[in-house]
Amino acid sequence: MRIGVVTFPGSLDDTDAARAVRYAGAEPVSLWHSDRDLRGVDAVILPGGFSYGDYLRCGAIARFSPVIGELIPAARSGLPVLGICNGFQILCEAHLLPGALTRNAGLRFIHADVRLTVSGARTPWTAGYTSEQVLTVPVKNGEGAFVADEATLDELERTGRVVVRYTDGAPNGSARDIAGICNAEGNVVGLMPHPEHAIDPLTGPSADGLGFFTSIVAAFAGSGLGART
Amino acid sequence: MSGEDTIEVAAGTPEVAQPFKELGLTEDEYQKIRDILGRRPTAAELALYSVMWSEHCSYKSSKVHLRNLAPNADQSQYLLAGIGANAGVVDIGQGYAVTFKIESHNHPSFVEPHQGAATGIGGIVRDILAMGARPIAVMDALRFGPADAHDTARVLPGVVSGISFYGNCLGLPNIGGELAFDPSYAGNPLVNALCVGLMRHDDLKAAVAAGQGNKVILFGSRTGPDGVGGASVLASATFGGAEGEDRAGDDGGRAAKRPSVQVGDPFMEKLLVECCLELYAADVIEGIQDLGAAGVACATTELSAGGDGGMFVDMDAIPLRDPNLTPAEILMSESQERMMAVVKPERVDAFLAICRKWDVEAVVIGEVTGDGLLTMTWRGGTVVKIPPRTAADGPVYQRPYARPDTLDALQADGPQGLHRPADGAGLRDTLLSLLRSPGLADKRWVTQQYDSLVRGNTVLAMPEDSGLIRIAEETGLGIALATDGNGRYCALDPYQGTQLALAEAYRNVAMTGAVPVAVTNCLNFGSPEDPAVMWQLAEAVRGLADGCKHLGIPVTGGNVSLYNQTGATAIHPTPVIGVLGVHQDVRTRVGAGFTVDGAQVVLLGTTRDEFGGSAWAEVVHQHLGGRPPAVDLDAERKLASLVVAAASQGLLASAHDLSDGGLAIALAEACLRGGRGCVVTLPGDQFTALFSESAGRAVVSVTPGREAEFGALAEEHDVPAAILGVAYGDTLTVGDTFQIPLTELEAAWTGTLPAIFG
Repeated sequence: MRIGVVTFPGSLDDTDAARAVRYAGAEPVSLWHSDRDLRGVDAVILPGGFSYGDYLRCGAIARFSPVIGELIPAARSGLPVLGICNGFQILCEAHLLPGALTRNAGLRFIHADVRLTVSGARTPWTAGYTSEQVLTVPVKNGEGAFVADEATLDELERTGRVVVRYTDGAPNGSARDIAGICNAEGNVVGLMPHPEHAIDPLTGPSADGLGFFTSIVAAFAGSGLGART
Repeated sequence: MSGEDTIEVAAGTPEVAQPFKELGLTEDEYQKIRDILGRRPTAAELALYSVMWSEHCSYKSSKVHLRNLAPNADQSQYLLAGIGANAGVVDIGQGYAVTFKIESHNHPSFVEPHQGAATGIGGIVRDILAMGARPIAVMDALRFGPADAHDTARVLPGVVSGISFYGNCLGLPNIGGELAFDPSYAGNPLVNALCVGLMRHDDLKAAVAAGQGNKVILFGSRTGPDGVGGASVLASATFGGAEGEDRAGDDGGRAAKRPSVQVGDPFMEKLLVECCLELYAADVIEGIQDLGAAGVACATTELSAGGDGGMFVDMDAIPLRDPNLTPAEILMSESQERMMAVVKPERVDAFLAICRKWDVEAVVIGEVTGDGLLTMTWRGGTVVKIPPRTAADGPVYQRPYARPDTLDALQADGPQGLHRPADGAGLRDTLLSLLRSPGLADKRWVTQQYDSLVRGNTVLAMPEDSGLIRIAEETGLGIALATDGNGRYCALDPYQGTQLALAEAYRNVAMTGAVPVAVTNCLNFGSPEDPAVMWQLAEAVRGLADGCKHLGIPVTGGNVSLYNQTGATAIHPTPVIGVLGVHQDVRTRVGAGFTVDGAQVVLLGTTRDEFGGSAWAEVVHQHLGGRPPAVDLDAERKLASLVVAAASQGLLASAHDLSDGGLAIALAEACLRGGRGCVVTLPGDQFTALFSESAGRAVVSVTPGREAEFGALAEEHDVPAAILGVAYGDTLTVGDTFQIPLTELEAAWTGTLPAIFG
């Protein structure tokens, strides 16, 4: 399986996302922000960082990059996409996911290991986890508070689109302790925590995050996922 | 012709009065410039000399002492480039080399904490980048006035947010550092930033402009009016008192200096880093220099002084943010995120194409010439024409120095008479009050604002004894880094205090299982015009040189920050020492926390009754006097090699060095870090055993079943090892003296900084 990792100017966790793809047994493919080309990959990861310096709003400029221009229709036709941190912000700006990420409650950057509870959402990125499984994964963000209007939040809950929640309460003020959500089809997932930094206890708090990457590899192997693109 | 002050105008108007004093030059220095040029300098030349001859750029007061550090460096097997280059380069094996350096940004961080600290990170990162290395981690050593002082509430949160903002956006893990508080830093905080970079052996780049006809390219941000005179005005002069009253001859207080602080753009720096690395990989660069203090003046002077010819610069080609800048201002501007490269003409197109890919503006501003002169034109006139070495080398001063006459009284006022707790309850309270003190309390309020994980190779970071970064995924090769300094010890004895800082950083690196191999230093002192301060500086450098020689590790570079004082009062002399270690396999790393139930707890080293300058004397008695702990570098070396050997054999479950607050604080930290208590019995006087700060000690827990092996290894290394007890349970229990539940320890430790800073 070939998984694209997009590098924007200011992307920082792109090498980490590529390493996680490698650990999961897939081939990472580097995608460049100004190329109107997804290079035929089977899934795409938008990594963490400060794309375009986070000028204007986090993700607001990246959303208009040529590579995202290609990604939007592909994602709408079923290409699996995982946005982590800044990637989540870009997916919201691109309207592939609802809501927005705003300044943390407390207005400071927060880096901490947090516990996440996997909810019942059915996505190819989380199929390897059991419902209610608790993961230890780091968060590191300055604008990580997920917000949406009440109707949207209700709908996310009703349709089972909350992917992970902060087990011990959101450290950043996220609505309803939401740490990650998916689109209606489940192929597009946005996460504020960083599973790519929890793939090996040597360099992270646990290996709990590897499941996001092995899940997509298993889903691809099992179902010809991605063929719809 | 413009109305500008060209060399012709200058030659014809020798009588024109020039503002050399305002630019920080003395009468003698100004005359020397006139002698060198055989005429008065132009306004642009005067600006150039003033920043190049500033204390910050020329090391004119410290150079005679720093020479003592060099001979040692030449002998090291590890060193690929040493003092004089932007940063030293150390061979770590397997074809890899690392370069690391620590630098101060003290004065800018006091004037404007957020931007001052942010640009401190930016500056040191460009230093490392200019060596040809990819920057891979940063650290910050911070010192402030009392935590509850009014101004600390302004300075500390700003400094931390600046480091967080710049380092996090740059994608560099912050793997450690220091946070200390002392009244001596109240009007002059210390913000020292360290960066480490990685390269292959043959990637080393030179800061020279060689090869006649090669092009000089300025790339990165545009040049603006920010930071004009930062090196000469900010970094090389004393601040006035709190109300802004100034020394005679000083041209302004805090407010007047605010525009001297630069403003950082970490996004631009991230682009510059990736752009430079791609330029290196494409092999299109002959020489490179970062623009830091003294901006274009420094880069052109140093590149041409280091090369074999001269340099011509067309100043009209320099991209400006503000078209009204004068040539003098352009030369002195410290606008951030700029680099200068020397490129062969046939490679200029390839160079510019890579810059375009990264959206980095790049312009050819001149070329290497054969006349040995640095020449600059602006609007048709020649505004600079100097022999570059005369600006780059600068004056050297033998400042008078004298042992301060107050030192005898200070050393005589030892801690012997201070009241010591006698019973279990008193010892228990003492431990908790030390743990609660801002200098020893949990630092997560700070470190939670730093990304320590980005790049995915961080194996250990704060609050571990040192940061540990994996270099090679296949072999586990890694590097460890620690910085230490103790201004209180150095106030009592700068020679010994500096060696104690060196020994502590050396020890901290070894605790992870890494072999210490190289040293960097940031020497923070008061005014060099004060003979007492110069004596402290001389003693500190002598202590460092002797210490490094004894330990067999070279000083690979460093930085001197002078004029750290408020009015007539200098800070404690504060050399901050960084030690780099090589870890053969980070998978065998050892952490500080007790993580294994039943693991035997062993104290390594010798404990004496040593409380001069201790945390106990400070926290409980607000006392500073006597002598700092004794230094035994042989014992340090034995301890380090024991821990490294034991770690590689898998004998250690944890290792934690003893420093401020002694064994009591080390045990408490090991319990809190591992989430596990311990039950120990301490030999001898309980107070001394708990709180003495004797150097050369560590507390380890031994892998169960390997106790006899470890005992034999300790004996073989000639390191005293006392079995204290076991790691176990949820209390810190010291014999029948006292017992503290972990929850109570945790509450005492974690509450302090959030209560003060919110």
